[in-house]
Amino acid sequence: MEKREGHDNKYGMVIDLDKCTGCGTCMVACAAENNVTVRADESDKERSIAWMQLYKIDNGRPFPDTEVCYFPRPCMHCDEDGRGGHHSPCVSVCVATATELDPHTGIVSQIYARCIGCRYCQAACPYHARYFNWWDGYSSFKPFSKGMERSLSPEVSPRMRGVIEKCTFCHHRLMRAKTKAYAENRRDLREYEYITACTEACPARAITFGDLNNPDHMVSRLIKNKNTFRLLEKLNTQPKVYYISSKEWVRKLADNYLPDQIKPVSGNDI
Amino acid sequence: MENQRDPSGKTPGQGPLLSLINKIKALVKTIFSSSFKIGLVYFAAGLVPALIIGWLFFPALLYSKQTQPMNFNHALHMDPEIVSEIQGDTETERCLYCHSFRNDGTFTGIPEIGVCSECHKDDDFPLGESEEEELLINEYVTNKREIPWLSYSRQPDCVYFSHIAHIELGKLECTTCHGNRGKNQVLPAYEKNRISGYSRNIWGKKISGLKKDTWDSMKMDDCAACHKEKGHEENNACFTCHK
Repeated sequence: MEKREGHDNKYGMVIDLDKCTGCGTCMVACAAENNVTVRADESDKERSIAWMQLYKIDNGRPFPDTEVCYFPRPCMHCDEDGRGGHHSPCVSVCVATATELDPHTGIVSQIYARCIGCRYCQAACPYHARYFNWWDGYSSFKPFSKGMERSLSPEVSPRMRGVIEKCTFCHHRLMRAKTKAYAENRRDLREYEYITACTEACPARAITFGDLNNPDHMVSRLIKNKNTFRLLEKLNTQPKVYYISSKEWVRKLADNYLPDQIKPVSGNDI
Repeated sequence: MENQRDPSGKTPGQGPLLSLINKIKALVKTIFSSSFKIGLVYFAAGLVPALIIGWLFFPALLYSKQTQPMNFNHALHMDPEIVSEIQGDTETERCLYCHSFRNDGTFTGIPEIGVCSECHKDDDFPLGESEEEELLINEYVTNKREIPWLSYSRQPDCVYFSHIAHIELGKLECTTCHGNRGKNQVLPAYEKNRISGYSRNIWGKKISGLKKDTWDSMKMDDCAACHKEKGHEENNACFTCHK
């Protein structure tokens, strides 16, 4: 992919699966940071909203050869494929222009006030990163959530029922960092000045966040690792979330390869 | 509109075209008849009151009026001859004395009571003679209570706005969006939209939405139009102002 020139950034994330312990702190931090709603009964996990979802995968072998890997999955913030015309799957299908790929940051936005709730993007997303609000989250009409609006962060607007929501790479944190930079008469952000809530919270330091366009940033160095891969790379969605795993079976599973398929050259061509 | 003889000499009503012409003629005749004029009067009698209700009474019904907890005289505080502490070469600099930026660049908005009590601290020696100051000191400064101000310019929840980006980087004046609030001697009544819960200043005072000055309304279209005018159309990306 061609490098964007000038001040344009491309924010991305590298998750080291070898370091991930599956503790779920990223999920909790994300939900608290982004005012993700809860229901009175959260036992039906199929309907739970989790911008950062934690999957557990195994190599399918019986004991004692069983191996397990935990897989944190935020929004992949898919990009253009560099050949023109091809956008993130959700952006290209949105009928209301409620979701856009920002050329200056590489972040895929989601505007709740503009979303009409057709769920086309949810169907288009190959990563299941988009969630639909079937109910009003924080509403005074619901007895269980009474007073819970006081726990909300004012930096992220809560969603009403009937709209799609997803991970925004904590876009408000980018705004916060920019505002601070302006106060210090700067236009450019330093590394780690803008990181997502999951990155900050991860106790194993498995998540690294930064500008993929900046060769000095840690993420740019990490994606050169030979064990780096992205999810469903064969779809050519150009995700900005990279994973590192030293295990061969994890890397194979990540691209959902059939047993007779051979994995092509990994996507380190960025 | 006289009845004209058909040039072919045929009696009217024979061909489909002729019957149509006759129907049009009859319609023209009724328009100029007295019964139609009476109808027009009835129509106007319905339309005019409907417009009056829609443009005058509905806005009055739509907005609730609330008075601020106490008055604040902006004009008096902005006059360097009266209040020497508040200084600055431009009006914006004087605004920023109380409506300041925090160290992290966020905007304080309506100042907290601590800013008032920097000057208004001693209840034995008030700085002025007004009853408002007496109320300020006795009710709020002494009790260390915040004044429950009603914010005229609070945007809906889905909007992100960075003051420092507009003041420091964009070099905008406060008045561009907020108008001549600094010249007001009396705080106007706070008007809240009963349906949306937003302040009337967002839509603007004029129900028609027409604006004369830049500060007449603070809608998304106003932001977008200004970005375009100043050549910052890239800032009209949705995620710049939505959160």
